[in-house]
Amino acid sequence: MDLANLLLIAFSAIIVENFIFSRFLGVCPFLGVSNNPSTAFGMGLAVTFVITISNLMTFGINELILKPYRLEFLQTIAFILVIAVLVQLLEMFLKRFVPVLYHALGIYLPLITTNCAVLGAALLAVESYTSVLEATVFGFASAIGFLVAILIFAGVRERLVFADPPKSFGGMPITLIAAGLCAMAFSGFSGIDLTKSIF
Amino acid sequence: MPDLMTILYAAMWFLLFGGLFGAALAVCSKVFYVKTDPKIEEVRALLPGANCGGCGFSSCDACAEAIAGGKASVIACTVADDEAHEKIAAAMGQKAEKSVRRRAQVMCSGTCDLAQKKYLYDGAQDCVSAIRLAGGAKTCPYGCIGLGSCAAACKFQAIHVINGVAAIDYHACIGCGTCVRTCPKGIIELIPFDAKHWVGCKSRDKGSAVRSYCEVGCIGCKLCEKNCPSGAITVTDSVAHIDYEKCTGCGICEEKCPRKIIWSGESQKADGIIRGDEDLNPDHGKNAPVNNEKDA
Repeated sequence: MDLANLLLIAFSAIIVENFIFSRFLGVCPFLGVSNNPSTAFGMGLAVTFVITISNLMTFGINELILKPYRLEFLQTIAFILVIAVLVQLLEMFLKRFVPVLYHALGIYLPLITTNCAVLGAALLAVESYTSVLEATVFGFASAIGFLVAILIFAGVRERLVFADPPKSFGGMPITLIAAGLCAMAFSGFSGIDLTKSIF
Repeated sequence: MPDLMTILYAAMWFLLFGGLFGAALAVCSKVFYVKTDPKIEEVRALLPGANCGGCGFSSCDACAEAIAGGKASVIACTVADDEAHEKIAAAMGQKAEKSVRRRAQVMCSGTCDLAQKKYLYDGAQDCVSAIRLAGGAKTCPYGCIGLGSCAAACKFQAIHVINGVAAIDYHACIGCGTCVRTCPKGIIELIPFDAKHWVGCKSRDKGSAVRSYCEVGCIGCKLCEKNCPSGAITVTDSVAHIDYEKCTGCGICEEKCPRKIIWSGESQKADGIIRGDEDLNPDHGKNAPVNNEKDA
């Protein structure tokens, strides 16, 4: 569990196995709030907060309670419970201190609860990592990957506004095509073999 | 009995989780409590929710907040009708004044066949882009570019570009003024909904120049100004302007205008140029079909 290992986990989660472009998790908010870079950034930060803390907590709960009492079959319920509480907390916090972002995110803020990227990060961490530090770093890096993806795509969509596609491609279809092209670009990283450590 | 123990443990731990998380949320909801004025919700429910910006605020939410906070008039919303204004006033414990309904009017008559072009534009189909190229394709520096930035901005689908000039469907227009703010040429004006006449030109060029590039431009001859019995028309910078406070709708200006650019509801039909207006129906556009057959 040295630094190189953690960096490797982070690099892999951000670039090679990007949640949006490689694992295709959390696509709903990715399409929903990428209209505007500043809102997208807010969404990215909100998801980063939730995923990082939830990974820390869910890993702890899994190791300390679920495993010793052989309750692993309740993983999904326990994890969703943690995530829902964190999202509620975040919602209250934003409403109180950043009302502009609260209104801009709208329905997508409570929907972080059902964002499969959050549950996905928790389940993947429990499955693949052995220490709480690794799991937390993995969660944080995955969320940064989400932030990077949504920011890139918000930039693309800003340009898309001025594009003049055929009428039947206007709006969501051309947005999905653009998302597909971004995913293809990211697939260029998929050849990197991280088992042969580059660090 | 290991199975029974599993159920017991599961129940115990999840009860503990639930209780702990519930308590944490309860504490946080007290810490992060936001005081909101119940009037904001009430007023917001009465606003149309179009977020058109006609009131001068960024959204209906912002407008509701301003009305509830006493920072805006109870009739600030241009989309809501008198009935809704009265309800908002009642919610605020005030009396509503009568609001004057207004509609947008594009002050240009230079359709493709009447106004000359200086070049063929083949760029982005958007007025703001086109105006950067020598002020748009039309020779007239004040003419409608006709690429429909206003139509795209209109939240009520009340604007359609017909024959190179934007035309307003008065039944659908609610006078929010979004198009007025959008038009890069500044040739859309808000006029009273029941205004009978308007000047379909904004050109400040001299008469000879106007004649050279447009068959329907105002040449500033002042015939309307001289003949108006109520003194409602003034010609400044070679273009006529009607003061609707004074206009009685007598129609003399329309008759006298040698360029036939003072329009009324009736003259439009006679000329075959449909600008969406037929009977100045004051039903606030509620029953008007959106995207009606006129733009087909």
